[in-house]
Amino acid sequence: MIELDDVLVTAFSPDPAGDADRVVRLLGPVRLRLTERRIAVIGANGSGKSTLARLLNGLVLPASGSVRVDGLDTAVDGRAVRRRVGFVFTNPDAQIVMPTPLEDVALSLRRLPLTADERDAAARAALARFGLADRAEVPAHVLSGGQRQLLALASVLAVEPAILVCDEPTTLLDLRWRTVVDDLLDGLDQQVVVVTHDLDAAARADRVLVVDDGRIVHDGEPVEAIAHYRALMTALRA
Amino acid sequence: MSKPLRQPWAGPLGLYHPGTSVLHRCPPGAKLAGLAVAGIAVSLARGPVSAFVALAVAVLAQLVSRVPWHRTTRGLLGTLVAVSLVGLYQWWLRGWAAGFEVVLDIVALVLLATIVTATTRADALLEVLARLARPLRHVGLSPETFALACGLFLRTIPVLVQTSLEARDAARARGLERSPRAVLVPSAVRMVAHARATGDALAARGLGED
Repeated sequence: MIELDDVLVTAFSPDPAGDADRVVRLLGPVRLRLTERRIAVIGANGSGKSTLARLLNGLVLPASGSVRVDGLDTAVDGRAVRRRVGFVFTNPDAQIVMPTPLEDVALSLRRLPLTADERDAAARAALARFGLADRAEVPAHVLSGGQRQLLALASVLAVEPAILVCDEPTTLLDLRWRTVVDDLLDGLDQQVVVVTHDLDAAARADRVLVVDDGRIVHDGEPVEAIAHYRALMTALRA
Repeated sequence: MSKPLRQPWAGPLGLYHPGTSVLHRCPPGAKLAGLAVAGIAVSLARGPVSAFVALAVAVLAQLVSRVPWHRTTRGLLGTLVAVSLVGLYQWWLRGWAAGFEVVLDIVALVLLATIVTATTRADALLEVLARLARPLRHVGLSPETFALACGLFLRTIPVLVQTSLEARDAARARGLERSPRAVLVPSAVRMVAHARATGDALAARGLGED
């Protein structure tokens, strides 16, 4: 279970009126209990969705309040939290660290007590699960965008985190790869929190959070949440 | 008609090429030790004859590895241009024998290094590097982090090449193909952004935290 208690995230920002930077609120205050298996986070660009996602595995720490994952505080037990919470970014290029898919997945597995042969077998199995068995040893940079995102997912899920957080995992993908990634995410056993602009994907979630101007402005069933988001965007345009 | 498009160059050290040759089966530590010995021998030996021998050994290793020539020679082209300039300078300074020696020595070592990375998985290389770096623990540096940094270096070369090519294309599209600034500045900015994003991704995967 993920718990956010009175979380506030702030940042320094240049003050056009003065010399000193001022402190601005990026997100909060947020109080949430996330227990559902599929949770979508939607909102406009710059609304605070990614900040919310990054809070969940300790990439961003709150200025006040606390974020706990299965009882572990991200500010205190960051390393343990990151072992429980996998994170997938929008751009897989930043996430793929090693030259080939097999080596990249194997790198994730280095933290497990496995022999080199076991690690190799586990990495190949993870790639096969994501349809990349025949691409295991080709240079990662020649994979298509969709394949690179699958590789990023395979590398994160190879160590079987309890929770997966995805920050717009399909934004850079075409319809075909978006469908492939969405289907994979839908079929996972893990609790999945997805930040997305894809309202079709959000509609399949158990719970949808709408973020606007650093606040959760709606939290509920997909149909009402998406309607709320649409109304919000319409109002902004008017 | 133009030639078929080629994938961007992956870097001078090449990438792993699957195979079953003797060199593929050779332990990574032995290959790295062999490369180190070759480097020392090439530095100590004097004269163009020893340089020719070094190049012959490198070519023999290439043949034994059965890695396709284009995988290694493509990376060597850029090296050849740079080394030729150094060789010309040495020729002017110390005579033709020294010029040839420098060129052949460097080409032989780059070819050998390329063969080591082409016949060794990065994962296996990291294992050896982490083992070799164990003494670094005494100065507070994690061997795993050191090995990871080396792996990141290999991965970053093709990203750097791709970023530069994209920046060059963007400059061309704006009619700024003659402006080095229009290529260098966005390349540098994007590489810094890439480095930050990679740092975030490593942290998110819990890598380098040991």
